[in-house]
Amino acid sequence: MTDADTLLYLDGVTVTFDGFRALNALSLVMTKGEMRAVIGPNGAGKTTMMDVITGKTRPDTGKVVFDRDTDLTRLDEPAIAALGIGRKFQKPTVFEPHTVWDNLLLALEGDRGPRFSLFARETAAERRRIEAILETTRLMDHRHKRGADLSHGQKQWLEIGMLLAQEPQLLLVDEPVAGMTDAETEQTAVLLQEINRTRSVVVVEHDMAFVRALGVKVTVLHEGAVLSEGSIDFVSDDPKVIEVYLGR
Amino acid sequence: MKLDRTSCVALVAVIGSAVVLALLNQLTAPGSAVHVPTYVVALAGKYLCFAMLAVSVDLVWGFAGILSLGHAAFFALGGYAMGMYLMRQIGTRGVYGNATLPDFMVFLGWKQLPWYWHGFEWFGFAMLMAVLVPALLALVFGWLAFRSRVTGVYLSIITQALTYALLLAFFRNDMGFGGNNGLTDFKDIVGFNVQADSTRSALLVISALLLGGQLWLARCVVDSRFGKILIAVRDAESRTRFLGYRPESYKLVVWVLSAAMAGVGGALYVPQVGIINPSEFAPGNSIEAVIWVAVGGRGTLVGAILGAILVNFGKTWFTGALPEMWLYALGAMFVFVTLFLPRGVVGLFRGRQQKEPEIEAPAVAAAHEVTG
Repeated sequence: MTDADTLLYLDGVTVTFDGFRALNALSLVMTKGEMRAVIGPNGAGKTTMMDVITGKTRPDTGKVVFDRDTDLTRLDEPAIAALGIGRKFQKPTVFEPHTVWDNLLLALEGDRGPRFSLFARETAAERRRIEAILETTRLMDHRHKRGADLSHGQKQWLEIGMLLAQEPQLLLVDEPVAGMTDAETEQTAVLLQEINRTRSVVVVEHDMAFVRALGVKVTVLHEGAVLSEGSIDFVSDDPKVIEVYLGR
Repeated sequence: MKLDRTSCVALVAVIGSAVVLALLNQLTAPGSAVHVPTYVVALAGKYLCFAMLAVSVDLVWGFAGILSLGHAAFFALGGYAMGMYLMRQIGTRGVYGNATLPDFMVFLGWKQLPWYWHGFEWFGFAMLMAVLVPALLALVFGWLAFRSRVTGVYLSIITQALTYALLLAFFRNDMGFGGNNGLTDFKDIVGFNVQADSTRSALLVISALLLGGQLWLARCVVDSRFGKILIAVRDAESRTRFLGYRPESYKLVVWVLSAAMAGVGGALYVPQVGIINPSEFAPGNSIEAVIWVAVGGRGTLVGAILGAILVNFGKTWFTGALPEMWLYALGAMFVFVTLFLPRGVVGLFRGRQQKEPEIEAPAVAAAHEVTG
């Protein structure tokens, strides 16, 4: 692996909340185009790791480097989003009073300034982009529905659609299949694989069947640090992992 | 930009009734059955100025989730700018007959006009200041507050502090704004006698036109993509950050616009009531403005106008009939609206026609903002 292939590089990242070490010298390397699954018991630091990458939480020590030389610890959330890092939250948060269409419109990559948005008109190119995403996320029939009127699964998909609209290089997806039916879970795995053809993805998930279906490299976090890393079969046979999950 | 039907109806109703009232005042004899007395014209004009304040409050509260409890400060600042112009128009007709200095300055023994009073003899300059001064104050205040991510109850409290600080400042004679008494005894506005029936009628119609203009402007803003982002910020501020938006810039733009709109309302209010004094900065005034919006229907703009007119009509009637009961009535109205009309009076009409996006009951929303 050369430097040029590295998309995201966390080095010795430590985050402390009131003396509790949420991340303990966490190091992680992701290459361009990779999809990575991150698993771990509750409190392992999965969400905190996402918070650090997206600028919500500033680490006490450590480096977070994106795309070779951008230090993410110096930037705030909108600046990091503008660099091409998108995030889907555990609890789906779409803009409830807005239609599916408008939700995607607001997420579309483009000028984020108030001056632009005051006079912006929907262009044909924007419409085509939104229609393409509606197709991918199977929400075409629901485009006029308000966010609040969608089912839980549809909200999750809309949020993934909004991520796509941002055209990020890296997607951080927090528990995308929580609360989904088996069929929806399966479709979501296919969708993420489709997305991964052009973008890098980090998936945080509890659902082991889903992680297995993704068939990607797995990082196991425990107490804020990497416990094990490798294929799903490798980590599930790792005695350290077995001990953490089943041992006590 | 095209307006929705409700706004069109409101626009026509406001401007239409103002014109009818003005014409009935001007064209019919005082004894006639259809004659509208001048005090009614002045009262209607006052309501419309309050409606401008209400629209500006609704713009920030209803669409950006900023519960401002200090908006009357911007209204009063606009009023003071107009008051300063009107003072300079008095000239030698004041008690002391001083051509340059307003009476209160002569009384205080001042020898020359303070620097910040220069230029206010020109109507255009004064009107520019009526918009710019509130906008500038809002810009500085908003830039500091929104950049530091001050929201909810903390923001509401500092807006109260802002208006209270201005109240105390304007009470001081040294400020040069007439202290406790404020500015009054106006004679002329752009060459017309402020007391005359015809001037009062004209001011009413101008107020209606400007209110209509503000409604149109506010509608354009909230219907634009900017407005959609604003609503997104209202409902899920941190989510908009991860989409790459800077909520603070959006809030700042709408906050400054809203302050300027409130300033216009204040500027028109002063010639119609004949006085501006520091009590306009009283924290209670700003809270009352929030109640107008809640009564009419938060986040509807038209509701803000309706609420301002209805509540102030009630206030005029109540303070005449049962003066000591007014505050109880106001409180009861707020509780009633919160419990039974969560979307205000406008919600009554809308509920049946279409399913509107649910807006939280004003009090619930206010409570959320208060508890964060």
